[in-house]
Amino acid sequence: MELVYTPQQNAFRAEVRQWLADNVPDQPLQSFDTREGFEQHRQWEQTLARGNWGMVTWPEAYGGRGCNLIEWLIFEEEYYRAQAPLRVNQNGIFLLGPTLMEYGSDAQKARFISKMASGEEMWAQGWSEPGAGSDMAAIRSKAIREGDEYVINGQKIWSTRAVFADWVFCIFRTDPDSSRHKGLSFIFVPLDAEGVTVRPIEQLNGLPGFAEIFFDNVRVPVFNRLGAEGEGWNIAMSTAGFERGLMLRSPARFQQSAKLLLQLYRQKRNDILDLSIEDSVVRCYMDAEAYALSTYQTASRLMSGGSIGPESSCNKIFWSELDLQIFTTAMSLLGARAELLPEAEDASDDLGNWLDGFLFAQSGPIYAGTNEIQRNIIAERMLGMPRK
Amino acid sequence: MEFTFSDDQRVYQQSLAAMLAKEVAPETIRGRWSTASGFDPGSWQQLVDMGLTAMLIPEDLGGLGLNEVDFVLLAEECGKVALPEPLVDSALVASQLLVDLVRCNSDFASRGTELLQQVAAGTVQVAAGHMINPYLNFAAEADWLLLGHGEEVHLVARDQLQLQAQKSLDPSRRLYRVAWTPSAASRLVDGQQGAQLWRIALNRGALGCAAQLLGLAQAMLQQAVKYSSDREQFGRAIGSNQAVKHLLADCAVRIEFAKAVVYRAAYTTSVGPARADCAVSHAKVAAADAALLCARNCTQVHGAMGYTWECDLHIWAKRSWALDKAWGDNGFHKNRIHEWLLNPRALLGAEYTFGASNRAFDISTEPLTAETSS
Repeated sequence: MELVYTPQQNAFRAEVRQWLADNVPDQPLQSFDTREGFEQHRQWEQTLARGNWGMVTWPEAYGGRGCNLIEWLIFEEEYYRAQAPLRVNQNGIFLLGPTLMEYGSDAQKARFISKMASGEEMWAQGWSEPGAGSDMAAIRSKAIREGDEYVINGQKIWSTRAVFADWVFCIFRTDPDSSRHKGLSFIFVPLDAEGVTVRPIEQLNGLPGFAEIFFDNVRVPVFNRLGAEGEGWNIAMSTAGFERGLMLRSPARFQQSAKLLLQLYRQKRNDILDLSIEDSVVRCYMDAEAYALSTYQTASRLMSGGSIGPESSCNKIFWSELDLQIFTTAMSLLGARAELLPEAEDASDDLGNWLDGFLFAQSGPIYAGTNEIQRNIIAERMLGMPRK
Repeated sequence: MEFTFSDDQRVYQQSLAAMLAKEVAPETIRGRWSTASGFDPGSWQQLVDMGLTAMLIPEDLGGLGLNEVDFVLLAEECGKVALPEPLVDSALVASQLLVDLVRCNSDFASRGTELLQQVAAGTVQVAAGHMINPYLNFAAEADWLLLGHGEEVHLVARDQLQLQAQKSLDPSRRLYRVAWTPSAASRLVDGQQGAQLWRIALNRGALGCAAQLLGLAQAMLQQAVKYSSDREQFGRAIGSNQAVKHLLADCAVRIEFAKAVVYRAAYTTSVGPARADCAVSHAKVAAADAALLCARNCTQVHGAMGYTWECDLHIWAKRSWALDKAWGDNGFHKNRIHEWLLNPRALLGAEYTFGASNRAFDISTEPLTAETSS
């Protein structure tokens, strides 16, 4: 154990810090859940890609830098420190990207990864259906093989950023007689294909952050299938592993929020009456650091040949509840003015983005597998408790 | 940056775990409760034979020269079996305080070195009484006691003091109120140096507590998982109910996110025990949270059995409730962190998780302007 950055790691941090200082836009971008904001964020992705900073852990051949996981953590720390724009293509780069590296053919990697890394093609995820939410194996949408094509019919829902994205990666039932986890395949669909209808769904903040997608005899080439036919469930679970495990929410995000919370607390602490605030601020800071320490430990273990293990299911519960606590505490610190929207006349800088983050934090324990499902997974797969 | 334990460290942990599993069963612990001293010299000798009383003493003073990172997994194992013997306080706090005294008081060097050799060999026991703990566990077993008078550190023979036994909630713990009279002859260092040594001793004591609490938590969770998988109601294992699963999943999450915090504290203590305040306080709070949650939820999962003397779970629960308050309670440790977070010189942000520059987390000496990368 040597909890000290190497000179190379410090140099890498300095390089990242400098590049971000030179390139992060001075003004915050608009929300990526508006058309204009989405395009601003796409341009930011292209800026990142031009500097080869789009996805630092990817091989150089795909626009990355071949960084190891510790360097990735350093990059993320600097990224959030610089308050750089959120990653509009996170479904692509953090979830689909690693899955493509593992399961894609060379031709598929060549076709999809570079355009994903460059921000030219934005990705949404299409897994849930009206009757298949937590119970994802209840998927009914079908992709039936006809020659070199699949013909797709059905409906997906809760597809984040599908309103403005270019592609969606889906799980469809390719064997119509199958049930549950069998007979599913992992298939990519361009959202401008004939027969695709995207219906925006407004989120809690009134913006169309996710969508319903209808497929009416949509035809895609067999080339768009990732992995073997019928292997969709296993591939999806490996994507979910990235999602719940290491990549989706890097600890720096929460450490940055906890730091801003602490700054808010330093300003407001003499005005507050709520006795629980002090404890809550300390806890937020400690838990954000605990998540970072745990992630560094996992990264070290993976780098020395270990595996991620079922204990990674604990991550999603921890960070989503931490996020809620951070933003709930901030709302308490802001008191009666916390409810003011940014466009309200009396809204001022001290309100920051706390309200927006507070609303978004409500979704954390729900998306990427509800925390109730995560607790079942922990109990059954990590602790070995009986399923029935 | 390398946050893993070495193969040697894991092997040592496994061999201690194997020995403890054989020698420290719940029946053994219960047997100890009805003895006068609560102490088993044979069991202590086995710990000595494994090198545990010698391991943290430097090689030039007759020990094995290992450090807190080597020891933290072993302290965790002691917690897993709810070891009654005061090994962790003895090896991590008392003998290292002796080492510090040898280093900073040349008049004491030769006598201190001799004492350390005896401690390493297991022929003499030394205990450290810190002002944060009103009572000293197993004080009656110690031949020598390191005691504080104000900030001074004194070394006092057991026959020079009066011990008043105090019964603990945890029958494995044998607490004593220590009454003694300081003298020039017993004083080893004065106030200024003493304050620093006591601060370091507190960090080591709290680290040892945190590691044991982490072990206690895991042991309780394991017992509740087993009980809920075996016990049937309505024709199926009670552990198949989501309400029960979620109680234990919550325990697992708290344990999982206390581990790296405790290990970071061990590392920080090993490289700079006087600068480890925040890392240690974080570890104590996180590990105590995990252990207290496990004590509550695992008792609940055991149903009425969990409220009986017969069920072994309370061996671990009571130790957790006791250690939660030892070496500084939740309030003490949270306040240390709170004070630091309000300190204008505090280095805040993700880039300082491991302290500034190429150094471990530093509470006392870093200027505000320090940057990791420039």
